[in-house]
Amino acid sequence: MIPKSEKKRILVDLIIRIISAASAMLGLFILLWISYEVLIRGIGAINWRFFTELPTPPGVGGGGLANAIVGTLLITVLATLISVPFGFLAGIYLSEFGGNSKFAQWVRFFTNILMGTPSIIIGIFVYTILVRPLGHFSGYAGAVALAILMLPLVARTTEDMLQLVPSALRESALALGMPRWKVTINVVFRAARKGLITGTLLAVARISGETAPLLFTALNSPYWPQNLGRATANLTVTIFNYAMSPYSDWQNAAWGASFLITFGVLVTTLIVRFFLREKHE
Amino acid sequence: MVTTIRKELEVMNEREIQKGEGKIIVRNLNFFYGENQALYENNIEIAPRKVTAIIGPSGCGKSTHLRVYNRIYELYRDQRAEGEVLLDGVNILSPDTDLIKLRKRVGMIFQKPTPFPLSVFENVAYGLRLHYKLNKSELAGRVEEALKRSALWDEVKDKLNQPGTALSGGQQQRLCIARAIAVEPEILLMDEPTSAIDPIATAKIEELVESIKNRYTIVIVTHNMQQAARISDYTAFFYKGYIVEYGKTNQIFTNPKKKETENYITGRFG
Amino acid sequence: MRILQERSTQSRSDGFFRLLTLIGAGIILVLMALIVIELVLNSRLSIEKFGFRFLYTNIWDPVRQEFGALSSFYGTIISTIIAMVIAVPLSLVIALFLVEMAPPAISRFFGIAIELLAAIPSIIYGMWGLFIFAPLMAKYVQPFFKNISGNLFLFQGPPMGIGMLTAGIILAIMILPYISSVMREVFSMVPAVVKESAVGMGATTWEMVKVMVRYGIQGMIGAIFIGLGRAIGETMAVTFVIGNSHVISTSLFAPANSITASLANEFAEAAEPMYLSALIELGLLLFFVTLIIQIISQLWLRRVQKTMGVQ
Repeated sequence: MIPKSEKKRILVDLIIRIISAASAMLGLFILLWISYEVLIRGIGAINWRFFTELPTPPGVGGGGLANAIVGTLLITVLATLISVPFGFLAGIYLSEFGGNSKFAQWVRFFTNILMGTPSIIIGIFVYTILVRPLGHFSGYAGAVALAILMLPLVARTTEDMLQLVPSALRESALALGMPRWKVTINVVFRAARKGLITGTLLAVARISGETAPLLFTALNSPYWPQNLGRATANLTVTIFNYAMSPYSDWQNAAWGASFLITFGVLVTTLIVRFFLREKHE
Repeated sequence: MVTTIRKELEVMNEREIQKGEGKIIVRNLNFFYGENQALYENNIEIAPRKVTAIIGPSGCGKSTHLRVYNRIYELYRDQRAEGEVLLDGVNILSPDTDLIKLRKRVGMIFQKPTPFPLSVFENVAYGLRLHYKLNKSELAGRVEEALKRSALWDEVKDKLNQPGTALSGGQQQRLCIARAIAVEPEILLMDEPTSAIDPIATAKIEELVESIKNRYTIVIVTHNMQQAARISDYTAFFYKGYIVEYGKTNQIFTNPKKKETENYITGRFG
Repeated sequence: MRILQERSTQSRSDGFFRLLTLIGAGIILVLMALIVIELVLNSRLSIEKFGFRFLYTNIWDPVRQEFGALSSFYGTIISTIIAMVIAVPLSLVIALFLVEMAPPAISRFFGIAIELLAAIPSIIYGMWGLFIFAPLMAKYVQPFFKNISGNLFLFQGPPMGIGMLTAGIILAIMILPYISSVMREVFSMVPAVVKESAVGMGATTWEMVKVMVRYGIQGMIGAIFIGLGRAIGETMAVTFVIGNSHVISTSLFAPANSITASLANEFAEAAEPMYLSALIELGLLLFFVTLIIQIISQLWLRRVQKTMGVQ
């Protein structure tokens, strides 16, 4: 028997270790690089007018993206308001009533499928039901598209969070003679409150950066979002349009918008993480 | 109480153990999980080609002690050992120990059978492939020999290509023993090897230990005092991180010198 | 009497509540069904005119109203393959670093970084790709490959920076956090005794990891499917940098197109019903591909959970 060269084995191990560490560094480096570029280029584009004024045509200078900021806020809030009730209900069904029934399993299965469906498909779908028949793009359609994207996220988090509530708590509340709906809302939901809030916030963060579905629904507009029944300005489609334009001041504004979106999402994620950690301790 | 135990222990150690002839000689071993000390001043000599049993109540440090012999505890960052563990006179706790060589010399069997998600054959071949360049027939020969020695060959010779995880619990444990002895270790550490399997399979493993003990130095941690009495030549009784008593198995079970030992083996605690 | 009454109102209100939640759950199924129906209905024009030809013809001519999905489909497949080839091994070693090598504090720090990387909206990757990464590709990477390969067919074309390879790399960066976080979970699910028995045999860390990979292979395949689904359906990151050209080229540096990029770029200008219908059929195609990947990965993961549960 010839022993294998131990040196070679240790060398291979060392090389893999180096590759592993280097890869992790690479990942971190890319995160920092992207954040850095967004920060530097974005901050340069941001000033008071960015938040207060309407966009100007290329070359004119000045102006801001106040309409898109307001539009994104309106659409996101509306999408959350549409999505959360249904998502909670679906999550309650899956956790409290569905159990392992066939129907619940199908719902779970398709919730996962819907979660993995490309957001652009959702955009096209809402286009076919809300934009094409009515003949014009609208902020409402945008909110519906984002709500559909958010629905499976909220439903699954709700189920997961409610599942974490010990069943002894439900049983003792039921034993007091409370009806099931009261137990669910007053006891189970309250116990899972933090998890539900953080889960919902993460879902909001996730959809607030979506572009593709809005391209087919809310589209964009250079005006104030006075009527959500019409095409509505929003940050992400503005980034897309401006970045693809040949005008440097528009591209600059796109960086400003990127900065707002990125740091909004990152800060939300970090806060949520912090929140969750606190809950565990 | 702790200090009295320690003092008595030192005296006892002087008396009991044939100094310097052990395969493994442990001197002043202390072990820490982070801030918590788990072993205190362990001194023991393990006789070559004999079975040494380590007994004691849960949490007394038996497994911890065993896991120092192949430095497996180093998988975990906050665990650390101080003192000396001499294997054939060389301190394995010294930083320049070659861990690969050490672990090739010191095989280990765990509480739960741990067949790898590989075929029966590949499980036994695993260590061989790690350490040696072998051609097909050499490899097959060595695998067969290891399986025969671990009394598993007749049961698995027709299913060498089936997954090791498909065997019964007792067979899996013997497969792990085959895997360990295939690389010809000098020492076999067994950490409660029968705690997860049924009595009949346990009996088979005990027979197996009996049949291979003249080839290897075996150290077995066990919860089961009958088992220790049945298969071991020497027994060490651990309590709260101390080696309270160590000696011939016969003597420990029939004529324990320490109160704690007596209490334990007569079932008064633990 | 009173008790009876109370109980009946209670069960009635509970029944109503249950029904309400059932509706919430049912909506998800209804939505899935509606998506399929609407996509099929709205691409009927194109399906009727082109039939199966749509899948394999390489033509995209809005003027003559002739459409085939091949160039977009090709771009989607190739860019996804590039992304997977880069991201899968990289995620594996990153997960390895996080679980087996890094001290806990560093591991936690990197864990947060990966989570943040996953949270960045895809359009930001698009911006970064177009304005920062693509110029670097044009200036350094493409000339380098061209030189060392002697202008091989894979690397031909003017150095524009945008194109198939750039899109693939950006996609890889995007899906990296998803795959590596699932791989990390898979690694940390491997029981300690399995690791200990490998190390106890004298295995090096890498040799131990090979056993862990065998142990967690099913979960890892699940992770790869999740990444695959994301990469195929990703829109903005690709649209910014793929170049928007319906010409199929063998060069990795040539501008190309993907299903999602075609949709994002052309939807707004598609005035004629046939054009629009062809675009929606592209969407339908994408939907079916991702649906199949999703279904396979769901069934796969379910099987994995079952087998893991038995052990």
